[in-house]
Amino acid sequence: MLEIKNLHVQIEDKRILNGLNLTVNKGEIAAIMGPNGSGKSTLSYVLAGKEDYEVLDGEILLDGENLLEMEPDERAAVGVFLAFQYPLEIPGVASMTFLKATLNAQRKARGEEELSTPDFIKRVNAAAQQLEIPKDMLKRALNVGFSGGEKKRMEILQMALLQPSFCILDETDSGLDIDALRIVSEGVNALRSPDRAFLVITHYQRLLNHIVPDTVHVMHSGRIVKSGGKELALELEASGYAEYRTGEAA
Amino acid sequence: MADVTLMKTPAETALAQAFESAKTLLPGNVESRAQAFELFSARGLPHRRVEEFKYTDLRAFLREAAPFAVAPSSKEAAAALENAKALAGVEALQVPFVNGHFVRDAVDFKSLPEGIEIVPLGEALADNHDWLARLSPVPWASDNPVYQLNTSFMADGVMIRVVGEVTAPLHLRFVTAAESAVATATRVLVLVEDGASVTLLESHESTDGANHQPNDVVELIAGDGTKVQHVRVNAEGDKALALSTMAIKVGADAAFNSINVVTGAAVSRHQVFAVLNGENTNLRVNGATMLKGSQHGDSTLVVEHAAPQCESRELFKTIIDGEATGVFQGKIIVPHHAQKTDGRMMSAAVLLGEGGAMNNKPELEIFADDVQCAHGATCGQLDEDLLFYLMARGLPKKEAESLLVQAFLGEAVEFVENEAAREALVATVEGWLKARG
Repeated sequence: MLEIKNLHVQIEDKRILNGLNLTVNKGEIAAIMGPNGSGKSTLSYVLAGKEDYEVLDGEILLDGENLLEMEPDERAAVGVFLAFQYPLEIPGVASMTFLKATLNAQRKARGEEELSTPDFIKRVNAAAQQLEIPKDMLKRALNVGFSGGEKKRMEILQMALLQPSFCILDETDSGLDIDALRIVSEGVNALRSPDRAFLVITHYQRLLNHIVPDTVHVMHSGRIVKSGGKELALELEASGYAEYRTGEAA
Repeated sequence: MADVTLMKTPAETALAQAFESAKTLLPGNVESRAQAFELFSARGLPHRRVEEFKYTDLRAFLREAAPFAVAPSSKEAAAALENAKALAGVEALQVPFVNGHFVRDAVDFKSLPEGIEIVPLGEALADNHDWLARLSPVPWASDNPVYQLNTSFMADGVMIRVVGEVTAPLHLRFVTAAESAVATATRVLVLVEDGASVTLLESHESTDGANHQPNDVVELIAGDGTKVQHVRVNAEGDKALALSTMAIKVGADAAFNSINVVTGAAVSRHQVFAVLNGENTNLRVNGATMLKGSQHGDSTLVVEHAAPQCESRELFKTIIDGEATGVFQGKIIVPHHAQKTDGRMMSAAVLLGEGGAMNNKPELEIFADDVQCAHGATCGQLDEDLLFYLMARGLPKKEAESLLVQAFLGEAVEFVENEAAREALVATVEGWLKARG
């Protein structure tokens, strides 16, 4: 499904990714763990197509298609979804308006009919109910005045509506209390499917108790330094990232 | 300093000639017109060395004075109104002007809604109507060359009196339909009596391709306890040089809310001069301006808190595409006795392209010591991070920009209570964005 080969990326002359290789298969949940500054968020932005990053070498293929040649909206249309670590506030745009605009833009890009308003509302309400998002929140401007937990739930709501094939969760657990973590995780788990893959970026094992990964990859200095099964996350929780820091200046 | 004889520009000479030949034909007292024209011609067309016109050099913009329009035939007027589109879908009592002349046939004087009286300005001036005595111009207006020109040349207009609560909006429609360039000078006087409420719509449109020169003045006096909502749309033709002034006096315990939405004209300048004469009044003056190509749009504003304990909010949003130029000049004046004044003025501009420019000049003039006043001005581009967020959700760049622009301008429009009018404004924004491609 997703193949990242020898990816080198810099931002403002600072190297962040240094020959990163990663494959995520259909139906797989891959977790990426790593210390601060290892390049995890950069990877998520590069996958989604943020402009500020300069790709020096390597390729990213999604189902054989070269993502690096696509604009962010084109990547969304082929199924890439990034749940932001810090979802942005958009004053003046009601959440409902935003959801409808994005859903219809993607449908249009794929040559599908726009959804009728009743059909759209039905889908939103169903997804909102599962994520315990109150209806009045949907009428408010997107993410404006939302708590950290509400913002993250709104991200998962978007994911549920847009039905992407490749989901990137960038530190979705940060800023969540125990209940919110459970709700968000349940929302993600409900979307697990043999046709959908997830890249879950996190610092902590905690999230992976709720969203159980198939594979765990340790990222350090801009590349994957170790890969394993879900037990690797537990090892990391016990031992920390110290062993990967060898050879690095203190 | 010794008197200096000023060289007149061709436009100034043409205006002087036009005034000489028209002054005795125009309705009302020649003396007051002559006085106004004298004041105007003493300084001539304002240019960039005149502080209030620093960013809108009328001497440069108005090279040739267009001839003043003659009254249209009833057939011409009917056709012009048929084609007029601005705010056309909003159900309202229509008070139309075509080529600067009041279209009397379009108003059924016998069955005006309760609380509305309308007197054609020509009659009022000729008869020296009682209401005229109540109108003493706002100081910044009488000293303003654009207003002085209107006073000199005003050929037609109406006086409207509002009593009690009037539910149906009044729609002042200004349509210039002449094929070749014409100048117009209309004057509308609105008296909103104590305790009355009204929604006043104003639309200004003209044919594309002609260098029309409308100069319209609306003077409004709102008494104590009044509630006025005012929605103005500038949808002038692409070559027009559109000058306009709104002079407002508001009494105590009143609420006056206004927005001017601009998409039209090659060059436009809308001036608002407001005086708050009574305590506990709320004034809101907003603007939403969308400029593209080489358009020039100027919003100039003076608000005087002449009474204590009033609140004013001024919010001007400008979107600049292409090589257009926006101007915002706003001043809040708080005299020494106007304690507990609360005034906030904000001008925010977004430049969509590389070649545009925005000139912001917010000012506060405060003599009282117990007030809350603030002003701000911003000018920038759409937030890159927000654009990325929207694009990452699947919106193509232009659509993402449009959504952000709508949200940006929406803040200035949202207070409008009349739903059809508010929707028409939103549609104006959408139409502008769509035309952008």
